[in-house]
Amino acid sequence: MVDKLDNALNFNREALNLRAERQKVLANNIANADTPNFKAKDFDFASELKSAVSKGRASGGGMELSTTSSRHLSAHSSSPAVRDLKYRVPDQPSLDGNTVDMDRERANFADNSMRYQASLTMMKSSISRMKAAMQPE
Amino acid sequence: MSMFSIFDISGSALSAQSKRMNVAASNMANADSVGTAPGEAYRAKQVMFETENRGQGIGGVRVTGIVDDTAPMKMEYRPGDPLADERGYVTMPNVDPVHEMVNMISASRSYQANVEVMNTSKDMMMKTLSLAES
Repeated sequence: MVDKLDNALNFNREALNLRAERQKVLANNIANADTPNFKAKDFDFASELKSAVSKGRASGGGMELSTTSSRHLSAHSSSPAVRDLKYRVPDQPSLDGNTVDMDRERANFADNSMRYQASLTMMKSSISRMKAAMQPE
Repeated sequence: MSMFSIFDISGSALSAQSKRMNVAASNMANADSVGTAPGEAYRAKQVMFETENRGQGIGGVRVTGIVDDTAPMKMEYRPGDPLADERGYVTMPNVDPVHEMVNMISASRSYQANVEVMNTSKDMMMKTLSLAES
């Protein structure tokens, strides 16, 4: 019973988690808009969501060493986040090596926060649907 | 909630940009500070930014230091000035007002962008907190 409730919310939960993660990545891009040699980052939301729903959340940050013996060090990074953080391809790279395009980042940021709120509304409605189904008459 | 770290990231950018604004203001204010002895004139300052790394390269921005501008000092012909050298030139600060204005505008725009990021994230978190209410 309880795991069915959990499964009903699983998809939206993973979507919200990834949206929050993407919000963080985009906020970092905007924060570093004037840092020399900073490369703007982002990830492919669709493929990340697909792998989060089918394989569970990424543990450790993307890159890990594979261990073939129990005595090997695991050497995984501490932040559990997305599987595949990519660098943005710049349209007009600047001379100081920075690839942040403020217009693009701002547009993506606004888009991401709208989609976050859309996911939230979906979750809200599925919660109220489940509540309605559980009412005794 | 992992979204709380957005406040750290944007906050670090706010403090970095305000430091840059401070330096630009200092440069503008001291555009004519020749000092008390010959060759002691004010040198323009610049801030250096660096990415703070907290896993996967996400972590805000940090000011690594404030360095002196290496541009040559301006020489002004003022033979009557007590600070003038034997040829009558006074060493003036190497502050470029146009450069400082542009720097200031850029810093204020970046500051505004980060304030907006914080506001949007705050709204999102408030909406998340009110999930499943009523």
